[in-house]
Amino acid sequence: MNAPLVSVKGVEKRFPMPSHFLQLKKPVLHALRGVDMNIQRGEAFCVVGESGCGKTTLGRVIMGLLEPSAGEVHYEGTRIDTLGEGDRRPFRRKMQMIFQNPYASLNPRMNVAKTLAEPLKMLGDGMSAADISAKIDDVMAAVGASKEWLTRLPHEFSGGQRQRISIARALITDPDFIVADEPISALDVSIQAQVLNLLSKARQERNLTYFFITHDLSVVEHFGDRVAVMYLGSVVELSDVAEIFERPKHPYTRLLLSAIPRIGGQAFSAERAPGEIPTAVNPPAGCAFASRCPLAHDRCRVEMPVLRDAGGGAMAACHALD
Amino acid sequence: MPLLEVDNLEVSFGKHQALRGVSFTLEKGERLGIVGESGAGKSMAAFAVINLISEPGRISGGSVRFDGRDLATLPPEELRKVRGDRIAMIFQDPMMTLNPVLTIGTQMVETLQAHREISFAEARRIAIEKLDLVAVPSAEARFDSYPHELSGGLRQRVVIAISLLCDPEIIIADEPTTALDVTIQAEIMALLIRLCEDTGMGMILITHDLAVVSESCQRLAVMYAGKVIEEGAVNAILQAPQHPYTRGLINALPQMNSRGGLLTQIRGTMPGISELPEGCAFHPRCDFANAACKTAIPELRPLGAQNVACIHAGALKETV
Amino acid sequence: MTRREFSARFFRDPGAIFAALLLLTLVMLAVLAPFIAPQNPYDPMQIDIMNSELPPYWEPGGEEQFVFGTDAQGRGVLSTVMYGMGISLMIGVGAVMVQAFLGITFGLLAGYYGGWIDSFLMRLADIQLSLSTLMVAIIALAIFQAAFGPGTYESLALYMLILVIGIAEWPQYARTVRANVLVEKKKEYVDAARLTGMPARRIMLRHILPNTMTPLLVISTIQVANAIVSEAALSFLGLGMPVNRPSLGSLIRSGFEFIFSGQWWITTIPAIVLVLLILSINLLGDWLRDTLNPKLYKGH
Repeated sequence: MNAPLVSVKGVEKRFPMPSHFLQLKKPVLHALRGVDMNIQRGEAFCVVGESGCGKTTLGRVIMGLLEPSAGEVHYEGTRIDTLGEGDRRPFRRKMQMIFQNPYASLNPRMNVAKTLAEPLKMLGDGMSAADISAKIDDVMAAVGASKEWLTRLPHEFSGGQRQRISIARALITDPDFIVADEPISALDVSIQAQVLNLLSKARQERNLTYFFITHDLSVVEHFGDRVAVMYLGSVVELSDVAEIFERPKHPYTRLLLSAIPRIGGQAFSAERAPGEIPTAVNPPAGCAFASRCPLAHDRCRVEMPVLRDAGGGAMAACHALD
Repeated sequence: MPLLEVDNLEVSFGKHQALRGVSFTLEKGERLGIVGESGAGKSMAAFAVINLISEPGRISGGSVRFDGRDLATLPPEELRKVRGDRIAMIFQDPMMTLNPVLTIGTQMVETLQAHREISFAEARRIAIEKLDLVAVPSAEARFDSYPHELSGGLRQRVVIAISLLCDPEIIIADEPTTALDVTIQAEIMALLIRLCEDTGMGMILITHDLAVVSESCQRLAVMYAGKVIEEGAVNAILQAPQHPYTRGLINALPQMNSRGGLLTQIRGTMPGISELPEGCAFHPRCDFANAACKTAIPELRPLGAQNVACIHAGALKETV
Repeated sequence: MTRREFSARFFRDPGAIFAALLLLTLVMLAVLAPFIAPQNPYDPMQIDIMNSELPPYWEPGGEEQFVFGTDAQGRGVLSTVMYGMGISLMIGVGAVMVQAFLGITFGLLAGYYGGWIDSFLMRLADIQLSLSTLMVAIIALAIFQAAFGPGTYESLALYMLILVIGIAEWPQYARTVRANVLVEKKKEYVDAARLTGMPARRIMLRHILPNTMTPLLVISTIQVANAIVSEAALSFLGLGMPVNRPSLGSLIRSGFEFIFSGQWWITTIPAIVLVLLILSINLLGDWLRDTLNPKLYKGH
């Protein structure tokens, strides 16, 4: 196996919650509970999970928007999570991010030209104005935006157009690695297809590596090479996309797959008991999924399973695999 | 005769038309999905059906025939008796229905007592029965809970229980699962389907997700720019969509067989109500548009098992 | 909202137009006072004590030269009011600039960094707010007057008033800015800026501050009015502008003792002007708030 482009080692992230100062057991939100993964160059690595599973936190830790409470993040073998702003600059250029909410990810007071010029001004090592302008034209063409957009403000654009501008901003520093945090979930179906196609094209043309965060397994099926399924702050299954859809190993993955509505599918035919994701504030010991799991036994409630080889190139964290 | 017959319903805001003709029918116990992108007017259509359009909007044409009466022209006092009692509504955000400072029980009892003259004990009994019906665990204990003590999925179950209090004949569900995770969505949809089948209740499901409709409804109405552009049996439409927009929507869904390649996309975006083009509202995005599409607004007309508002409908099969 | 929508809404609202015209008239009168006022009340050569306490010209004994009559020193009330309004406006705007500078700086720091910086600055704001503006100002000005003597005080009164009123009211700004920063800094465009390695100071000034300007504009109008009122109250109590360079407040004070002896105009005219000035600013401020507040603004 080649050396990974990005690797995440034992990353944990805890957020202290507001508490009374006399409270003995301080509430702590465990957003990430020991995440390991390697992202290979050129792949579309998807992270899928329901709200609160930590997938967005993981993306933000990788990008350095959040500091991990424990663990390490490496980029091409260099540990980056402890770097200061100055040492981090070369990595900032190579790593970019596309955000979920097209209505919040562009500064409402800055026109498109200024928005796109900013990363180059900060990271471009003194690029000339002409070079910056040429680069802007280049990415605008790449995302299918017209030149007239440059002088306009974000409120003049639709959600899909804004997301194109966001993608242009991410591409402008010629990154190798892009974290895309639910880039299409706020968009309408016909626009989702446009943006997803744009991301596919950018990947082919620029040999990009994606870290694609989504809650939608059908997008993973279409777009991803490998996928990590997360539940309550840890990875429960990590596998090739084809394998996971054909032979899901973890009971949570199976639940997730059975719940996706499809045209002509059967997701709603069997009624289920109300299943609740346990809270990530002071989570219980043992497997986080045990409370909803049909296979759960005593051991699952005391011992947290670790990710291990589950056959077919897949890894899963489940005691039932023993 | 159908239970509900909506005919060419129109809603206007000043000089702009937000709904430009919504027509569909609902038989007793039938489930209809109304699908459209944001701004297509699908929620507006649901509100217009129960005549709940707020100022400055108003119903400017068409009729909603329910039980022999036209809801679009019914006096407010009569309407109030229909709404909540015979036609119930649930929303995307459960907190739109639930009052955060009252217990679930209080809200359920008050709702019941607003529609019927019954004692607290009787109301409480019915409320707990409905909570049981929607599979809220330990319903007796939940009766005294506040909404914030429940998870999103349970809150939506409680909202459904409230909507069932008066045993409605139709339940209008406006994006009931959009805010929920996919596993919780499956639970809630399965619950709604079971309730409809057990009680003979009809449902109008407003959603942006064709797959959800495919799995839960018998009929489908697709809306575009304030108009129903295709309507009919779900399976017929999904297997052989006749309107180019419906076809585009289905093809735009990521699927297993689209893996690695590109999705078939619809170019452009849906126009807002103030910027509608002349003729068919879809023609600037349509691959089949010709000169005729730029002048005439196509009306719904029967074609095989469905109704389609496109002058090319029927001729599309050969071209794709 | 675009500039065009903004002006369209303005020209549709007769109340707003009235307030703006009134304010514009008053401000022009004050600014152009040296050129259009009948006398220069600061120039002893133009003042004749023989003209003192003349009534307005429409009253018996009034002279056309002094439209609103004269005060005890023989200065024309119209002229003193025009000059005095200028001083009041200068203090109001100056104090608001001090408030805005302090408040925006502290608010940005508190909101962006959070933690102990936030706690410290906001407790400071709480303490400041728990003492009324007038109380702080009275104590500060009284100490200053006692320490440096009335002569120094009179020459520096203008700056002292600006400073004291400015410092006393910064928490209004700091709280508004902080609340808005807390909202804005969670938005993804701030994350995008952080990803370019932009230093915090630049993110605050370039990205966050411009997006908190709308509420600041609204409170600024109200605060100018408040500062003018505070100054008037201080001057009325004898802690404000000296009699030889009067503001509206000192004019009201100096005329107050004559009100029972029949010379009502000396105090009433500046008082009416003060009321009109405050009213026009507040009306405009209310209109701005209703127009710019997205929660109240319907349609977008």
